[in-house]
Amino acid sequence: YAWDANEEYLFKAMVAFAMRRYSSKSTTQISNVLLCNVTDRVSFWFVVTDSSDNVTTVPGSAVEAAIRMNRNRINSAFLLSDKTLQFLKITSTLSPPVEPSTPVWLIVFGVVLCLIVAGIVFLIVAGIQTRKKKNKESTERENLEEKGEVTVTVENGIPCETLDLKAGHVNGVFAADDERFTSL
Amino acid sequence: LSMPPEIPKEDGRPKWDNKFQYILSCIGFAVGLGNVWRFPYLCQIHGGGAFLIPYFIALLFEGIPLLHLELALGQCLRKGSIGAWNTISPYLGGVGVASWMVSVLVSLYYNTVLTWVMWYFINSFQEPLPWSVCPLNENRTGLNEECYESTAVNYFWYRKTLNITPDVTESGTLQWWLILCLATCWAIVYLCTIRGIETTGKAIYVTAIFPYLVLTIFLIQGLTLPGATEGLAYLFTPNLNTLKNPRVWLDAATQIFFSLSLAFGGLIAFASYNPSKNDCEKDAVIVAIVNSVTSLYASIPVFSVLGFKATTAYWDCLDRNIISIINEFDLPEESIMQQNYTAWVSLLNSSYPEKIAGLKLKSCDLQEFLDQSVSGTGLAFIIFTQAMILMPGSQAWAILFFIMLFSLGLSSMFGNIEGVFTPLLELRVVSKSIPKELLSGIICLICFLIALCFTLGSGSYWIDIFDSYAGSVPLLVIAFFEVIGVAYVYKIKRFSKDVKWMTGRKLNFYWQTTWRLISPLLLFIVFMAFVTLQIQKPPSYAAWNPKYEGFPMKEEKVYPPWVQAICVLLAVLPCVFIPLVALFHLVKRTRRSKDPSFVPPEVFSSQGADS
Repeated sequence: YAWDANEEYLFKAMVAFAMRRYSSKSTTQISNVLLCNVTDRVSFWFVVTDSSDNVTTVPGSAVEAAIRMNRNRINSAFLLSDKTLQFLKITSTLSPPVEPSTPVWLIVFGVVLCLIVAGIVFLIVAGIQTRKKKNKESTERENLEEKGEVTVTVENGIPCETLDLKAGHVNGVFAADDERFTSL
Repeated sequence: LSMPPEIPKEDGRPKWDNKFQYILSCIGFAVGLGNVWRFPYLCQIHGGGAFLIPYFIALLFEGIPLLHLELALGQCLRKGSIGAWNTISPYLGGVGVASWMVSVLVSLYYNTVLTWVMWYFINSFQEPLPWSVCPLNENRTGLNEECYESTAVNYFWYRKTLNITPDVTESGTLQWWLILCLATCWAIVYLCTIRGIETTGKAIYVTAIFPYLVLTIFLIQGLTLPGATEGLAYLFTPNLNTLKNPRVWLDAATQIFFSLSLAFGGLIAFASYNPSKNDCEKDAVIVAIVNSVTSLYASIPVFSVLGFKATTAYWDCLDRNIISIINEFDLPEESIMQQNYTAWVSLLNSSYPEKIAGLKLKSCDLQEFLDQSVSGTGLAFIIFTQAMILMPGSQAWAILFFIMLFSLGLSSMFGNIEGVFTPLLELRVVSKSIPKELLSGIICLICFLIALCFTLGSGSYWIDIFDSYAGSVPLLVIAFFEVIGVAYVYKIKRFSKDVKWMTGRKLNFYWQTTWRLISPLLLFIVFMAFVTLQIQKPPSYAAWNPKYEGFPMKEEKVYPPWVQAICVLLAVLPCVFIPLVALFHLVKRTRRSKDPSFVPPEVFSSQGADS
């Protein structure tokens, strides 16, 4: 926006407002604020006169303090910032950056660490389980082989003990007919 | 039904799930942080496009042959580095031990660099980014002094992250936030290497491919930034005069060598898990070419961003001068723009020279801003972080960038850990009943405890020491003995037969000449040149000292004698194993030959006898 007489009027009003708030006297008028040496750069000098006594000016320290107190209001009236609206010799007090109660990075760190620990625990447990299963499988296989040997001996059909018993028997039918055969 | 932990082959050795996993692991091991923050820097200071000439010559005569040698060796002997070199010849067993030692030393400090990356990553979730604003001083009248004198990014890196001490002898205290991040990093490494290649093989799909995605995104973003073209033009404009400087050739040779992660034993370990009949020749060429192409591909976004940063710095410089001129001469707003700045200055200088001189205008030169080249951690944590503040959506870019760096580093860590893990498994120092998970856990725990000393205030100085001394000279020595060992002790004829059995093709003329002659010669020259250059100047370092007069410039300091002794120890310790082991075996042999009842075993063990 262009800087014209209306803007100057607003500026005078803001300075008067600042003086009123600071000293809590409601006597400062817009006419008490005087601008001079306005240049194209939009830079100027200004003084605030005492309303009771039109000759003396309010001391600079009081004006500085008033403006410092209301800096953000003055800035926002002109849609400017501390950098773009500069008062020479008035340094701005910087607002501290907003700090959340727990630093954000701790939260992120906690999330990452939990994920990793979960992954490690999962892998270790899975490894232990597969090892147990492998051990169980190998012992099962061993048991299976032993049983196989036992069944082999049985699967012949005739158990060995009975075979032995049968081997010793004499077949009475054949033995009795010994005389019928022709002797050589 | 889940697979048993060890997928057994005839000899019970684990193997890769598929060939792609193996290639990706080798590529991930080779492609690391150096591709992003060392190669573009070297390109820049050594004449841009002209640097590619010594780089590709070194690749052809040094990189590819050595890579093929290591892969073929591992695949043929099917053992880690210590076992493989013991098989070639017991006298050369020291080479394997030296490789193992170097892998241990590098694993220690490499993960601390990843710790810093992780710290920046978890800090990238804040708005505004913590390295973009200076904190206030105690009475809140102004900004913190150290931050104000240097920049907010510098302050965040040197104070908030490292809490660096002004001298390497002052150890400072352990930084608890770094300890937390270090523990996390080692936990991540443990998670991924818990069962050896069975788990790294799965993890590598992510960690090796993801950086390429992010690089592409950064490429597209970088090319759209203002000033990108200046940066790229600056990078690639060839200046052939630099080739006359031997330093350029040395840097090209060392860059290729270290970039391919040769002589760590990790590549031998990876290749040993392959099936025997695998074309290792093709693999070597593929891995080497992908590594170099990645370096080139990464330098494009890096230099676009650097050009962008230089351009914004140049514009800021101009703007500051313009403001001071306008304030001084009370000119209306926007009368002087960047385009007519020089015209205005010359006009004003002719009419009011004293006023202009009194303003003390800084000379703004774009070339000067482009010339400010940094490599290594400075590039990532200072320059790039500053550039990302200026980009729209800085949190997203920061998060992407640091995840990419973390993946790059992690895939290289897999190779390092594999180089430590595999020989230990085979050495039969640890009994067979100890599960793999426990062994990798013990290794990670021990490394974490030792690496705690890098989280001290002086930690980053020590990491520089480790990087320059443990990670450089011993590798050259080991590689030299590797080539000599295979070419002259094992004999090229025998190795050629082995390679023919594995790949189905005879070794052609290129491999024979490079292995017999060119590579050893080149390595020897590089080694001598490297050592000569190191010896010429007293080893010094740049310290960050806020009380220094020239602050924010870094203070040049010389290492005290005890630190220099440690540097020499780090460089010599791995190399000393090579003669020690040879001597040990020689003494054993002479003692046995004196004993008449004992028949001396065949010294050069025949192939396959020990497997």
